[in-house]
Amino acid sequence: MHELSIANSILEAVRKERERLNGARITKVGLRIGELAGVDPDALSFGFEVLVKDTELAPLALEIEFISRRHECSHCRHVFTVVDYRLDCPACGSMETRCIGGDELELAYLEVEES
Amino acid sequence: MTRLPLEKKVLSENDRLAARLRERFQERQVFCLNLISSPGAGKTSLLECTLERLSPNERVALLTGDIQTDNDAKRLARFGFPVKQITTGGTCHLDARMIERALADWPLESLEMLLIENVGNLVCPSSYDLGEAAKVVVLSVAEGEDKPLKYPAIFFKAELLALNKIDLLPYVSFDLEKARAYARQVHPGMEIIELSCKTGAGVDDWMEWLARRRESARAEKALPSGKA
Repeated sequence: MHELSIANSILEAVRKERERLNGARITKVGLRIGELAGVDPDALSFGFEVLVKDTELAPLALEIEFISRRHECSHCRHVFTVVDYRLDCPACGSMETRCIGGDELELAYLEVEES
Repeated sequence: MTRLPLEKKVLSENDRLAARLRERFQERQVFCLNLISSPGAGKTSLLECTLERLSPNERVALLTGDIQTDNDAKRLARFGFPVKQITTGGTCHLDARMIERALADWPLESLEMLLIENVGNLVCPSSYDLGEAAKVVVLSVAEGEDKPLKYPAIFFKAELLALNKIDLLPYVSFDLEKARAYARQVHPGMEIIELSCKTGAGVDDWMEWLARRRESARAEKALPSGKA
């Protein structure tokens, strides 16, 4: 449900960047969503499409990269992607691992037309 | 076509306002909690239990968020602590700006604890930092024990899981062991308190957790390094 307000925040950020780039034509915005971010990529894409059309930013594509949860083992420092909530280290079997990523909700990049 | 790296948080504006609130809370020594659950899990009941047990001299205030009605504010006001209803008018979560606005005419100096009851929703509120010291997720046994796996974001971000309505356990097919295991799969080491706001079972554990958490927040404040 909050995907629409998140889509709106993305547009606001793009507007700001556009100003900073002196009105450059932005064609695509890249987004990173972690699996722990609580944001549904499909709902977000839909909300984004609805909001962006009929604005000065259209046409503007949204590309979403979905990021899995990542843990680091406190013993052997092995970094791994968590699958099916298996939080134990696949390298040494230790249960002591900590989350180092997967709650991202970030604007990764903009694609700009060359003038 | 040129690709420009941006590396910016989508909710950076909310995060900025939340950081400002957190700083104000820390400066004024106000302990702030953000209560999140699905509708009907018992956030308001838990607050009622809490207010009932607090000394009337405690300087506690409440903000309660709903899409419509001020029913919750009315329920909470009878304990004599200041309560303000935030009616979002359709928005499914509270954000930092709503909190800032609601606090505009409340002097923080006069407060020790601010309890925020979010809009009933296990998804959206998890994305919005309100400047709180901790998030608490309330889950009732009338829901499914697999909620932590279905809504991992909030169970990952909340410090405590308050498992409410345990008086209903004989009547529902809720597997307590599984619920605990699922919560800790998402959030290893998560603190879990089982309670019933109806019978009062476990409420003392909750009050103890609250006292302990307030104490540790106070100790944190004594250190100059603020945590993000």
